[in-house]
Amino acid sequence: MPDTPQVKSSFSWQIKKPIAGPIILALAAVFCAVFPLFGSTGTLRLMNEIMALMIMAQAWNLLAGFTGFVSIGQQAFIGIGAYGLFVTSIETGLNPFAAVFLGGLAAAVVGILSAPALFRLRGPYFAIGTWVLAELFRIVILNTQKFGSGSGLTLARVIKTIPREYRTSGTYWVALFLTVFTIFLVYFLLRSRFGLAVRTVRDNEASAESVGVNILRIKFIVFIISAFLTGCAGAISYLNTMFINPYATFSVEWSALLIFVVIIGGIGTIEGPFIGVLFYFFLRETLSDFGTWYIIALGLVAIAMMLFVPNGLWGMVSKRFNINLFPTGATVVMKKG
Amino acid sequence: MLLEIKELKAGYGEIQALFGVELSLEEGSTLALIGANGAGKSSLLRCITGLIRPTGGQILYNKKNIAAYRPYDISAMGIAMVPEGRRLFPSLTVEENLIMGQCNKREQEWTLERVYDLFPPLKGFRKRMGTELSGGQQQMVAVGRALMSNPRLLLCDELSLGLAPVVIKDIYRTLETVTKTGLSLIIVEQDINQAIAASNSFLCIREGEIVLSGTRENADRNLIAKAYFGN
Repeated sequence: MPDTPQVKSSFSWQIKKPIAGPIILALAAVFCAVFPLFGSTGTLRLMNEIMALMIMAQAWNLLAGFTGFVSIGQQAFIGIGAYGLFVTSIETGLNPFAAVFLGGLAAAVVGILSAPALFRLRGPYFAIGTWVLAELFRIVILNTQKFGSGSGLTLARVIKTIPREYRTSGTYWVALFLTVFTIFLVYFLLRSRFGLAVRTVRDNEASAESVGVNILRIKFIVFIISAFLTGCAGAISYLNTMFINPYATFSVEWSALLIFVVIIGGIGTIEGPFIGVLFYFFLRETLSDFGTWYIIALGLVAIAMMLFVPNGLWGMVSKRFNINLFPTGATVVMKKG
Repeated sequence: MLLEIKELKAGYGEIQALFGVELSLEEGSTLALIGANGAGKSSLLRCITGLIRPTGGQILYNKKNIAAYRPYDISAMGIAMVPEGRRLFPSLTVEENLIMGQCNKREQEWTLERVYDLFPPLKGFRKRMGTELSGGQQQMVAVGRALMSNPRLLLCDELSLGLAPVVIKDIYRTLETVTKTGLSLIIVEQDINQAIAASNSFLCIREGEIVLSGTRENADRNLIAKAYFGN
């Protein structure tokens, strides 16, 4: 390998930190943290679903929106995270709330192992490759007795060891912690020099590489972070339902849903996935009684949004009122150190 | 010798673009690489920067064969390129584009202030998106970004592409200032007069082979025209 000259910078980095977004997020987190004290179990379950989808959407947005890798196989990491939680909890008796993080780690390990093969693929081929990965795991689990084959697994026996009053609220607090962690992680990652490099990879890989960006390293780190977060979110999602089967867990509908919420909310922004998830749940809770019409309505909304609001709901609001709660660019300054 | 290329062969899949190219460049000198469209000029630069992996031959930079190195390793060794068509990062501001030049973490001689001194108009646009600027200003950002990587060897691919003559003149005048600091330069141009005037020596490339070489002083227009267009 070549000799890389010693770094000797005459400058230090100073990053302006707009505080509106982080303060709003911190206040919302404090409010949400005490919500289980007065919220009903049904509402908590819904909140768990919302937060799990928010984490998944942020992770997909980091990968597709900021780095330019459109994955349609996020269900691979959702499933591995969820199965990781179920299998470790059932087999070892580990507290399922702690096992959420093991689910995330399992997904990250699969990400590490699959990255060398997936990174050989570009554009639509990468997207298809991720889908193939998900299908591969679905078939393996479908044919493995230990993972419950097609009948799936239930957490009913494990969950009985946890006091009734903490069953839903425990999941809720883990989900809340991970949601806040995800947003801060993505935000600070994108506001660093690493974040600039991430965006150059999306803009033009060849130019990025020729100015000294190690694009393979950037892709790898982003992919693993995305896999870990998606795995944790998958684990939360199925901890919430306490039942898992390979058909639903590894379904491509997960990726379709992620693409829907991120595009509707505003791809390539931190606020977008938030808005998109809230908008999706609003539609679901108000229209789901209409049966098949609900699915058609979702499709029509998606088409209308892409035609008339291509930058998503947040893009529209941000442009109209010139606000940016979590700015990820144009604020880097240098000062002599 | 800062750069020595021996028997270089390269291509894109089954299409060969370079057929045994030989080249040498002294430290601190400027070389013009001239040739028609598709002659292999840009391919040669892409080989030097590692964007194309050669299929044969050697690229000796500082006596080290860098033919198999990755682009970011080559950047870290002090080779920078101003790509054809500027290729600024559209989602980054002017300043962020410039800062990206420092990704290779080389010891810093070039700073933002120095680049702004070289290209004063950029200072006023530092917070604007790079792609919102005029072609000439974008070219300044592209040159500035390359300089921010503190190169010993700068490769400029078609600097004049799509620019007004007065802007081209300005850019070349600036490059002349920069080369006085000891920077070595390879200029790829279709504008023969511009390229040769800015260089110590020149090479004419046709169909992937060097067909003529010379110095600025002995450049013969008839010979160059013959080499450029072939029979």
